[in-house]
Amino acid sequence: MDPQGQVFVRGAKKRRICFTAVNEGHMHLVLFLIFAGFCLAGAVNLLLQTHPINSALSLIVVMSSLAVLYLLLGAEFLAIAQIIVYAGAVMVLFTFVVMLLNVGEEEHTHGSYAAKIIGFPAIFTVFAVITTVVLEAQHRLGGVKLSDGITKTEELSKVLFRDMLLPFELTSVLILVAILGAVALARKEGHS
Amino acid sequence: MDFHTVPTSWYLILSALLFALGVVGFLIKRSLITVFMSIELMLNAVNLSFVTFAHEWHAVKGQIFVFFVMMVAAAEAAVGLAIIIAIFRARATLNVDQIDLMKL
Amino acid sequence: MNSHLHLWLIPTLPFLGFLINGMLGRRFPKGLVSAVALGFPLASFLVVVRAAFIFLSLKPQPIPWLITYAPWINAGPLHVNFSVALDQLSLVMLLIITGVGFLIHIYSVGYMAHEDGYWRYFSYLNLFLFFMTVLVLAENYLLMFVGWEGVGLASYLLIGHYFDKKSAADAGRKAFVVNRIGDFGFLLGMFLLLSQFGSLSFFQIGSGLAANPALQGGILTAISLCLLLGACGKSAQIPLYIWLPDAMEGPTPVSALIHAATMVTAGVYMIARTHTIFDRSPFTLAVVAIIGAATAFFAATVALVQTDIKRVLAYSTISQLGYMFLGCGVAAYSAAVFHLMTHAFFKALLFLAAGSVIHGLGGEQDMRKMGGLRKKLPVTFWTMTMGVVAIAGIWPLAGFFSKDAILYEAFQHGTLGKSLYFVGLVTALLTSFYMFRLWYLTFMGESRSASHGFEEHGAAVHSRPDSKLVLEAEEPHHIHESPWSMLTPLVILATLSICGGWIGIERFGSFLSPVVGPILDPAQQSGGKGLDWALSGIAVAVAALGWFVAYTFYGSKNDRAQKLATSASGVYTLLLHKYWIDELYTNTVVKPLTLASRYILGWIGEGLIIRGSAWLLAGIATLLGELVRRWQSGNLRSYSGWLAAGAAALLLFTVVGVVLGIGGVDIRMVWAGH
Repeated sequence: MDPQGQVFVRGAKKRRICFTAVNEGHMHLVLFLIFAGFCLAGAVNLLLQTHPINSALSLIVVMSSLAVLYLLLGAEFLAIAQIIVYAGAVMVLFTFVVMLLNVGEEEHTHGSYAAKIIGFPAIFTVFAVITTVVLEAQHRLGGVKLSDGITKTEELSKVLFRDMLLPFELTSVLILVAILGAVALARKEGHS
Repeated sequence: MDFHTVPTSWYLILSALLFALGVVGFLIKRSLITVFMSIELMLNAVNLSFVTFAHEWHAVKGQIFVFFVMMVAAAEAAVGLAIIIAIFRARATLNVDQIDLMKL
Repeated sequence: MNSHLHLWLIPTLPFLGFLINGMLGRRFPKGLVSAVALGFPLASFLVVVRAAFIFLSLKPQPIPWLITYAPWINAGPLHVNFSVALDQLSLVMLLIITGVGFLIHIYSVGYMAHEDGYWRYFSYLNLFLFFMTVLVLAENYLLMFVGWEGVGLASYLLIGHYFDKKSAADAGRKAFVVNRIGDFGFLLGMFLLLSQFGSLSFFQIGSGLAANPALQGGILTAISLCLLLGACGKSAQIPLYIWLPDAMEGPTPVSALIHAATMVTAGVYMIARTHTIFDRSPFTLAVVAIIGAATAFFAATVALVQTDIKRVLAYSTISQLGYMFLGCGVAAYSAAVFHLMTHAFFKALLFLAAGSVIHGLGGEQDMRKMGGLRKKLPVTFWTMTMGVVAIAGIWPLAGFFSKDAILYEAFQHGTLGKSLYFVGLVTALLTSFYMFRLWYLTFMGESRSASHGFEEHGAAVHSRPDSKLVLEAEEPHHIHESPWSMLTPLVILATLSICGGWIGIERFGSFLSPVVGPILDPAQQSGGKGLDWALSGIAVAVAALGWFVAYTFYGSKNDRAQKLATSASGVYTLLLHKYWIDELYTNTVVKPLTLASRYILGWIGEGLIIRGSAWLLAGIATLLGELVRRWQSGNLRSYSGWLAAGAAALLLFTVVGVVLGIGGVDIRMVWAGH
C-alpha cells in the first residue's frame, strides 16, 4: 500500500514518479533528522564541554541548525533572522565576552544539592509531561511537508507593522535602553 | 509510516528536549557565561515550538512572537553580558558557586 | 428635701485632706499639715452633727433618707448606683467615726510630733476616715465593699507606717492578707445576694425579703454565713483574729482609731445592717453567737498573761468584739451597737492613755518595767482609770450598761443563750482581772522603769535610729506628762466613758428599732424587771471580784503571780504563746500555700506553662527561621533547581489536576475546542 511498495510492483515510469515523491518526503525527513541531530549534538556538547568557548561554538551550531529547521517549517524570514541576529550577533557577542574575560576552564567546585536532587527530577517530569501530551495529541496534529509552502514576508510585515506596530516600536525602545544599560554597566571604574 | 511528512509532534518533542537540555545546563554548569548560554538555548527551544505551531495552524502571529522573542533575547544578552563583565571585574571569577553575595 | 443635707461632704472632706496632705504635705511645714489634717475631719464632723440635728428634729422619725448621686454599674440586669442612706444606725456610726476620729487626730498631732513621715501619717488617717464614712453611708453592698476594702488598705498603710521595720511591714501585710480572706466571704455573699435578689441595694433586698416571708434558711443561711466570714475578718473574730495583735506595730493612735473604735466595728455594723437576712437563719445566728462568746473568752484568757501593754489592749478589743457578736447572735442588735458605741469611747481612751504612758516613758511598752506612774502622769492616770473601770463593767460607767444589756439578752435567748451567758460572765471576770492587772502594773507600786531599758523591747514609739529621743536614751529618760494636745482628747473620752451609757439601752434600743428591730423589754419577759436587776447585780459583783483578785496578785509587792505562773506552768506557757495559733496557721496554711505557690504556680505554672509556651513559640519561630534561612543561600544553582521544581509542579497541576479533581485545565477540551 505504501508508495515504496509500489515502486517494486510497478514499472520504471512509476519508479521515477515514486522516486520523486519519495525524494521529497524523504528529503524533508532526512533534512529534519540531520539538522535535529545537529541541534541535539550541539546542545549535548554545550553541556559536556568545560571551556566556555567550546560551549559557545556548540551553541552556534545549535542556532544554525535551528535556522534550517525554521526553513523546513516554512518560516524563511525567521530563519534568516535567526542566523543574522542570533548566530551572527548574539553568539558573536558571547564569544567576544568569553575571549575578553578569558576565564578559562571551569573549576570543579562543590555544587548545590538542591539543583541535582530536586532540579533533575523536576525537569525530567516537565519533559515527560510535555511529551506525553504531545504524543497523545499526535493524531490531531498534522505533519510538515516541504510542499507546505513558505510564509510570505509580506504577510509577516503586514501583521508586524499594522497590528503589532506598538509592540514593535516598544521593542526598539527596549533595545535602546539595553544599549544604554550595557554601556553603563560595562564601563570601567574611574570614568566620569 | 508516511515518509512524505514529518509529524508535527516530532518538532514539538525536539523543542521539549532542547528545553530540557537547556535546564540541565542551567543546573550543572559552573561558569556564569555557560549558564547564560543555556538560557539562550532554552529561548531557542521555545522559539522552535512557536514556529511549529505557527505552521500547524497557519497563524502568522506565532512567527511574530518569535520575532519579538528574538529581539528581547538580543537585548537581554547585551545587558546580561555587560553584567557578567561587571561581576568579573568585581570578583575576578565567574564561578556561580562563588558569586552568592549581593553586596561586594 | 434630702439634698440639702450635703451628705456627700462627709466622705469628701477627709478625702480632700488626704489628697492635699498626700500630694503636697511633704513640702508643707508641720503646722500646715496639722491644720489640713485637723480641719477636714472637723468639717466632716460638723456636717454630721448638723445632719443629726435635722434628722432628730423631725417627728415622727422619718424613713431612711436615700440619696442617689449617680448611676455606677448598668450591666444587663445588674444596676448599682452611688447611693447613700442616712438612718439611725448610720447616724450613730457616723457620729462615732467622725467624733472619735477627730479627737484622735488632735491626739496624733502631739503624739507624732517627733516622728518621720508626719504628713504621710495624716494623709493616710484622712484616707481612712474617707473610706470608713463611705462604708457606713453606703446604701448598697458594693459601695459598702468599696469602703470595706478601703479601710483595710488604710489599715495596712498605717500599720506599716514604720515601714523600714520588718516586724511592722510584716504586720501590715498580715493584716491585709487576713482581711482579704474575709473579703472573699463578703464577695461570695454578694454574689449569692445578687443571684437571689437580683440587686445589691439594701432597700431592694429588704423589700424582696418582705415580699417573700416564706423564705427561710437555705440560701439565706449561705448568704449570711459568707457575710459572717467577711465580718470575722474585719472584726477579728475566730478564726481570723490573728492580725489584730500584730497590728499593734503601728502608732498607738492608729491602734486607737482603727483597731478599737471604728474599723473593727465594721463587721458588727454590717451584721446589724443585714439583720433581716440573719434573722431568717437561726443557724447562722447561733454560729455568730458561739463565735462571739468563744472569741471573747479565748481572747480574755490570752490577755491574762501578756506583758506588752498594747497587746493586752489588743486582746481586750478582740474580746469585746466577741461580746458584740454575741449580742448580734442573740438578735439583740441594738445592744451590740450600744456596746459598740461605749466600747469606742473607752477603748479609744485606753489606747490613747497607753500611748500617753508610752510617750511619757520614752517608748517603753513592757508593763514589767513600768510602775509608780500615778504621781508622775496624773492626768493620764485618772483618765485611764475611768477607762479601766468602764471596761470592767462597773456601775455607773458606760461599760456596765452595754455589757449588761448584751448579757441580759443572751440569758433570755433559750438554752444556748443561757450557756453563752455564763461564758460571757466568766469573760467579764477575766476582763476585769486583766484590766486591773494592767492598771496596777502600770500606775501603782514602785517604779520599775530602768534608765536603759527601752532599746531592748519591740515596738518603740520612736523607731528611727537617728531620732532625737534615742539620743536621750543615753541618759536616764525624764518621765514627763504628755502635752495638752494629747491630754485633751483623753479628758473628753473619759467624760464620754463616764456618761456615755446613761442614755440607757431602752432609749437607745427604741431609737434604733426602726432599723434593727425591737429590743426586749424586761418588764414583759419572764422574770420581769427583777431578773434584769439580779443579772446586773451579778455582773457588778463579778467585776468587783476581778478587781479584788487583781489586787491580791498585783496590788502590793509580792510574788503570788510568779508562784501561780510556775505552779501552773503548762497553762501559763499556753496562754503566753497565745495557744500557738499563729504557729498553727503558719504551718498548716501559710507554709503549704507558699510551697504550693512556689513549686506549682511558680515552677510549673509560670515556669513551665507560661514561660515554656513563650519559649516554645519563640523556639518554633527560630527553628523555622533556621530552616528557611538555608533556602536563601545566594547560590544560583540551588535557586534554579527550586525554580525547575516549581515549574514542574505548576505544569503537573495544570495537566493532571483535572483528573484528581483539584483544578487544572483539561488539555483535551482545549484541543477539542480549537
